[in-house]
Amino acid sequence: MFSKGTKRKFSDGGEEISDESLLGARVASSYSLQRQSLLDMSLIKLQLCHMLVEPNLCRSVLIANTVRQIQEEMTHDGSWHMVTEAFCSAGQSPSERLVATEVLCRSREQDAEPKLFSVISYEGCCEEEVVADETLCSVSVSDTVSNVCLAGRMGQCWEKSELSGIERDEEALEDSRLGSGEEEEIDTEDGASTESPKTIGQVFGTFEIKNGSPGPDSALEELFSDVDTSYYDLDTMLTGMQSAPKMGPYDLLDSLAPSHSSPSIVSTPNCRSDLNELDHIMEIIVGS
Amino acid sequence: MMAGVGGGNDFQWCFSQVKGAIDEDVAEADIISTVEFNYSGELLATGDKGGRVVIFQREQESKNRLLSRGEYNVYSTFQSHEPEFDYLKSLEIEEKINKIRWLPQQNAAHFLLSANDKTIKLWKISERDKRAEGYNLKDEDGRLQDQFRITTLRVPVLMPMDLMVEASPRRIFANAHTYHINSISVNSDYETYLSADDLRINLWHLEITDRSFNIVDIKPANMEELTEVITAAECHPHQCNVFVYSSSKGTIRLCDMRAAALCDRHSKFFEEPEDPSSRSFFSEIISSISDVKFSHSGRYMMTRDYLSVKVWDLNMENRPVETYQVHEYLRSKLCSLYENDCIFDKFECCWNGSDSAIMTGSYNNFFRMFDRNTRRDITLEASRENSKPRAILKPRKVCTGGKRKKDEISVDSLDFNKKILHTAWHPKENVIAVAATNNLYIFQDKMN
Repeated sequence: MFSKGTKRKFSDGGEEISDESLLGARVASSYSLQRQSLLDMSLIKLQLCHMLVEPNLCRSVLIANTVRQIQEEMTHDGSWHMVTEAFCSAGQSPSERLVATEVLCRSREQDAEPKLFSVISYEGCCEEEVVADETLCSVSVSDTVSNVCLAGRMGQCWEKSELSGIERDEEALEDSRLGSGEEEEIDTEDGASTESPKTIGQVFGTFEIKNGSPGPDSALEELFSDVDTSYYDLDTMLTGMQSAPKMGPYDLLDSLAPSHSSPSIVSTPNCRSDLNELDHIMEIIVGS
Repeated sequence: MMAGVGGGNDFQWCFSQVKGAIDEDVAEADIISTVEFNYSGELLATGDKGGRVVIFQREQESKNRLLSRGEYNVYSTFQSHEPEFDYLKSLEIEEKINKIRWLPQQNAAHFLLSANDKTIKLWKISERDKRAEGYNLKDEDGRLQDQFRITTLRVPVLMPMDLMVEASPRRIFANAHTYHINSISVNSDYETYLSADDLRINLWHLEITDRSFNIVDIKPANMEELTEVITAAECHPHQCNVFVYSSSKGTIRLCDMRAAALCDRHSKFFEEPEDPSSRSFFSEIISSISDVKFSHSGRYMMTRDYLSVKVWDLNMENRPVETYQVHEYLRSKLCSLYENDCIFDKFECCWNGSDSAIMTGSYNNFFRMFDRNTRRDITLEASRENSKPRAILKPRKVCTGGKRKKDEISVDSLDFNKKILHTAWHPKENVIAVAATNNLYIFQDKMN
């Protein structure tokens, strides 16, 4: 099993390999094989959690902690270095591979690092996000301020993006590293988001204008009363929409699990049906 | 003979009733997700994945049928939660009922709280057995008559009618949880209750729906640093300022609401030191606490982790006073259970009315009961094969290795799809309700 027990190292060098050390070598390699397989299994589980309706946070955290444990032990052993060399395309140092929970739960994009989050940011919105979060959790939802910032963000969101059916990482959503945007990377996404978001953008655009005046707007409050702004983060939605995914460490896992395809393939049909549904819903709301 | 758990040496458990479809094909919506007796034990509520609540009521014991206690029959069924769609995240919010908690009865009506992942609702269940008749305000077609046509004042008379049980939502507590609600617990002041999700606990007043107080928040500033979540929470049965919450790291924190508005700093911290010899990559996962329940006395609390149930004395934080192994034979199978996700199953546990026995579920439709006084334990099975009325349940045994005796079942033959996650014990009597997927079994003691 996977109990740690005592590990025996490979004995170096060759004149005489005694039975004992051979057995020790076998035990050690069997242990590291098992450990590797556990690591692979855990990483697959973390990625698959994006396929579900909404990932179970407790399960994700427990799996991520297990992966971290394995990584730490492998780093100690020195075997983590070999793993990362196998995966790395650009010679990043192994320490960067010591991934945190949040990264583990994201897509397999190698450079889906803080940089990517800042791409889809909207400056000036990060404070509002925090406020809205607290507002929702502790005070009345009918607070005017939170409604205004909700509408503002929704407008920007829908104009720029397309719904992703894949990226559901709540930890990433809560990530507050929203820095300034980077223009180039925004442009690359436009290829993916065309028709429907414009309609939605228009619809939400009107809401934005309507809500320009301060003071409680009861219809709008009702509309947004179900909305939970702290979930609201465009970054992760777009993370899965990178048009040309580079080969990252977790891309190799795709080959381990042939049954589930990469997000860029799966997302489009999901997105379209989601968007159609949303279109329909918005028509109903706007119509009434 | 392993009988005797729950009340004396002559004690045996018998089948009483089973509710639910017999089909092999189980509809996902029919899977029972919570079971709860009310304070008197007269009512038994179940919630399912389809968002429905079914309440059973015990019929009055009739003097003619001395050998059977009152049976539970359907009293009310209603749709508590509907699936919702979160537009921003493009996700469905499941209608599955995670928890039901009854309020103590204060008048003729019954009240309960039901919660799905995001919303808690207060339901009023009331009976109507009379109808007012004799109004002269409407004509035969039901239209309101012109006032000048009404020449007499007629007082309507209350006439008996067939009993109708109505369930109506009285309060909806929404929009306060970013993460999935795992627990709700009514406070002993009967005015407030707490609701807990993965990272936060909120305190509500039963009358106020547009705001709640956040009393625990373990969300880190940087979500990358998240390594621990809240798994269960409960109010103390007598001290309305005390509550506990358990975590995925196997710890329990007891908090006093008088100390501060935000109870991030605990008053007591319960954790059993880890046994270094049994450490593995799965140690943390199996230490994650899936349920925490105070004893009725309020002096103890019980926690359920993957392989065991532990009883803690609230005055001793460094280790539990009792530990019961539920299915230790699974320890060597943890890798397979991790692979098929069974290792993440959340089993609940419950006390009997006198706190002398505890019960929890296992796989293969087995459930376990432990007598705290005699230290005896018993494994029973909820299955249709043992479902003749008043049939005595035969104790079951899992063979862990070597020769399998007759009537024993080997570990590899266990059906891990048949899991008993939810059980409930009548607050006063030896009557238990066991949820086995889509069936609800009711067992009671054999009346001697």
